[in-house]
Parts: sequence; structure tokens; C-alpha cells
Amino acid sequence: MIARFLGAVGAWLRRSVQDLGFAVRSFFIIIASSGGLWRRPRLVIEQLFFIGNRSLVITAVSGLFVGMVLGLQGYYTLTTYGAEQSLGLLVALSLTRELGPVVTALLFAGRAGTSLTAEIGLMKAGEQLSAMEMMAVNPVERVLAPRFWAGVIAMPILGAIFTAVGIIGSYLVGVVLIGVDEGSFWSQMQSGVDVWKEVGNGTLKSLVFGIAVTFIALFQGYQAQPTPEDVSGATTRTVVISSLMVWWLDFMMTALMFSK
Amino acid sequence: MQSVAFYNKLSDFRFISVVFFPLTGMPKGASQQSLAFLHYNTPLKKMSFVVPNLVEIRDLHFAYGERSILSGLQMDFPRGKVVAVMGGSGSGKTTVLRLIGGQLRPSAGTVNVDGQIVHALDTKQLYQMRRKMGMLFQHGALFTDLTAFENVAFPLREHTDLNEELIRTLVLMKLQAVGLRNAAQLKPGEISGGMGRRVALARAIALDPELIMYDEPFAGLDPISMGVTANLIRNLNDALGSTSILVSHDVKECFAIADYVYFLSSGKIVAHGTPAEMAVSTHPYVKQFVNAEADGPVPFHYPGKSLADDLGLHAGAGR
Repeated sequence: MIARFLGAVGAWLRRSVQDLGFAVRSFFIIIASSGGLWRRPRLVIEQLFFIGNRSLVITAVSGLFVGMVLGLQGYYTLTTYGAEQSLGLLVALSLTRELGPVVTALLFAGRAGTSLTAEIGLMKAGEQLSAMEMMAVNPVERVLAPRFWAGVIAMPILGAIFTAVGIIGSYLVGVVLIGVDEGSFWSQMQSGVDVWKEVGNGTLKSLVFGIAVTFIALFQGYQAQPTPEDVSGATTRTVVISSLMVWWLDFMMTALMFSK
Repeated sequence: MQSVAFYNKLSDFRFISVVFFPLTGMPKGASQQSLAFLHYNTPLKKMSFVVPNLVEIRDLHFAYGERSILSGLQMDFPRGKVVAVMGGSGSGKTTVLRLIGGQLRPSAGTVNVDGQIVHALDTKQLYQMRRKMGMLFQHGALFTDLTAFENVAFPLREHTDLNEELIRTLVLMKLQAVGLRNAAQLKPGEISGGMGRRVALARAIALDPELIMYDEPFAGLDPISMGVTANLIRNLNDALGSTSILVSHDVKECFAIADYVYFLSSGKIVAHGTPAEMAVSTHPYVKQFVNAEADGPVPFHYPGKSLADDLGLHAGAGR
């Protein structure tokens, strides 16, 4: 009984380590296969359009509403202390440090990650990747690498857009609708938000999330068995794994970046 | 005397003269230069140092984990010939193609393509070797987001620096050869399965490969498309001077166009010979296969318990 339990734990552990090793190896293979993209930047630009541009609306709309809600909730809380002038600072800090990168990454996983996984999975199911191999075109170079870099480039930009639109949203609610003093809204934000500490770290977070989410989406698609149930399973796994990964990475990075 | 390199350079364009012009007639206003070009382009003599077999398979074993797929294959695919590999579903035919293409690694034995052992090559060399190959996948495997034109242009764009005008000419010629020049702007979803297969064929021959592999080219085609495809395979092979491997279970079409036939059953070669020899073969498997008999060495039922056991008809005897 105990032996069997220990055996199961051991097998699970071994499989996990093996899977992790395989994923890390695949990650470096994608990086190593990216050299050719300098000669053909068009491949990345095309994907940047598909991945980035098509995620723009959902990102901006979400940013607007998150900002508006934040402005409203922030105002309610701050008025109890008579500190509603700090609304701009509060909103800007929460958006640049946390909400911008994290919520964008979650949206990105749902909007772009799933479509990447499904696309690659179906290309595999339709033998398109096999056909590419037989045409002496390496699918890792031609299909995975451009999508990976497009995701890595798109994510920080989307994060920045989310944050900017969010601040506009809170301005609309806080200043235009409720009537918080506009001067202190912006000036407190300007003096309290540091370019490197807040904006820089927020962008770095976005970049790391972009790498993680895009890689997980591509890896799940590429590893999916070419069947309908496994492609749909891989799409689900993309969202689940990348969301958990984003939370975990966020916690780790916050602990490292913002410790006093 | 012309160098070998010179002939090789010319041979890149064999397709133009041999397939295209006979189909279309000479283009109007063909210049003196192009006529001279055609003159050089008469079918090339094989160089004496060339190995006679383009592909040689020796003692090849392959298994998925514990499950053995192929055991001890010996096959030769001579240059310039159409060789059919026949057998029932699950006999390992497609696996042979994937081993030749280097997409799978054998458990033992060797696959030799043009003097190179496939699984001994590193990734770069493998991709180099695949440039000599074209493969037609069972379901075409066209890129669904690209038009027929762009599908055929894909290998040209990936592997050559030809300008847009030349690519257009080459692609339209390939599509002309498969009768689908006017479908160039349609996407795979907008054409029938048989037409899709022909576009895939045009794509497979885009770079005039030395070796063309066909995976079930006749499966799911109507009789007319089937005949057209069969003739196309034979004509392309002869026009390009390439070697074709034809994996199929369609006896009539294969026997009509193949020079040699291998019969594969349960991962072993059970018989081989010319189509004429195979047609009169007394080998029980070949006989059953060629004549499509229900009874023979290939059982109808998946092996396992007998029906009587499954229904418990012997239960009384044990009590």
C-alpha cells in the first residue's frame, strides 16, 4: 500500500520533471530558431497584426472599465479619510504596478493564447506542419518563432494601452463625473509615479507575462494530439496554465521588485 | 563538354520544356533564346557515377513503443521508376514514407536516400535532403489560410530568391499541369477534395523534386479524378525524370502505372514483382488482395476471443 503510494508519487514527480525539462528545451529551441527572422521580419509583423491588433479592442475596453470601476471604488474609500485628491495616484499605482500587466496578460491568454493554440493544433491535425517539414521548411522556424516574438512584442504594448486607457477611465469617473480636483488628480500622479520603479517594472512584468503566455499557448498547440478532443483540451490548458503562471510570476516579481 | 553542374542547373527547369509546352503548345513569340534553351533541355542521360537506386531500405524495423509496425523490410526504389507499396489499412505503408522522409526514426536498419543514411543526418542535413523530396499527403495538407496559388508558391518562396514574376510563371505552370490554373485564386475550402489533392500535387512538385512520395493519392476520389490523377503521376514522373513512391491500396490504378509493386502485410513484405507478375501471382495474400476476396490470409475479424466464447455458449461444458 505504502510502496504503491510512494511509487505513484515518484512516477508523478518524474513525469513532472520530465515534462518541465521538455518544455524548457522546447523554449530554447524556439529562441535558437529565431535567427532567420532578422532576414524576414515580415513574418513577425504579420503575426503582430493577428496577435496584437486583434486583441486591441478587448484590451482597451477592459482597461476603460477597470479604470472606471477603480475610480469609483477608490473615491468611495478615499472620501472616508478625506483623501480623495489622491485618487489619481491610487489609480495610477494600481494600474501600472499590478492591474495593467496582470489583467492584460489574462485577457491576452484568453484572446490571443487560445487562438494560437487552436491554430497550431489544427495545423498539426491537418498535417500542415508535417507537410511543411517535408517541404524542408522547419515549422519551428516558420510557424512557432514568428508567433512567439509577435506575442512577446505585443504584450507590453497592450499592457501599456490598458494602463493608459484605465487612467483615462478613472479620470472620466473621478474628475469629470464626481468632481475630484483635476489639478491634484494629475499632480499627485505625476509626483508619485516613478518612471523606473512603476512604469519600468510594470513593463517588465508585461514582457515576462508575454513570454510565458505566448510560449505556453504555442507549446500546448504543438504538443496537442491531432484530434478534436485534444485540441480543445489544449486550448483549455492554455488558459488554465497561463493564468496560474501569470499569478505565480506576478507574486514572485512583486516580491522582488517592490520590497522596501 | 558540359560540366555536371551545368546539367544540374538546366535540370532545374526540365519541367518547363517537358510538361508545360507540350500541354500548351509553344508560347507565341517564343524567342530564339528560349528555343535554344529547349534544345539543351532534351531528357538528360544519367551520369555513370549515379547509384542505380535512389532509395534503398535495408533490414528496417520500426515500433511505436512496444507495438511493432515494421519488421525487417528490404526495398529498392530505382531511379526514374514508379514503385507502388500496397497493403491493407494499418499495414505500415505510410510509416515507410515517414521513415524515408526522416519524420520517424527506425528502431533498427537503414534508409538510404541518394547515398545518405536518413537517420544519421543532423537537422540541417535532413532539411537539405528533404529539398530533393516532394510528398503528397493523404488529405492534401494544404495550408487552409492560403489560396491555391500561394500554396504552390510556398516552397518557391521559402527556398528560392526568384522574383515575383518568375514565381507567378512557375506556379501557373504547375497548376496548369494539374489542370487547375483557373482555380489559382480559390482557397482550399472552396474547391473539392479531388481538386485539393491536385493542388497539393502541384505544390509537391513545385521544386521539381528527385523523389516524389504519394500517400494514398487515390483515396476518396471519384473514378474520373482517379484516372486523371493516375496518369498525372506517371506523366510527371517521366517528365521530371524523378522517382515516385506510390503508397496505395487501389489495385487497378497502381497496376496501371507502377513499374514495380511491393505488398506489405503486418509490417512485412509478403510479395513483390512487376504488376504483371503480381496479377497472376498465386501467393495467397496477393491473390486475396488483388481479387478483393473476403476470405484468405487476412482475417475479417480483429483477433481475440471467439464469438462462442464471447456469448458464453461454452459455459455449460465447464459446469
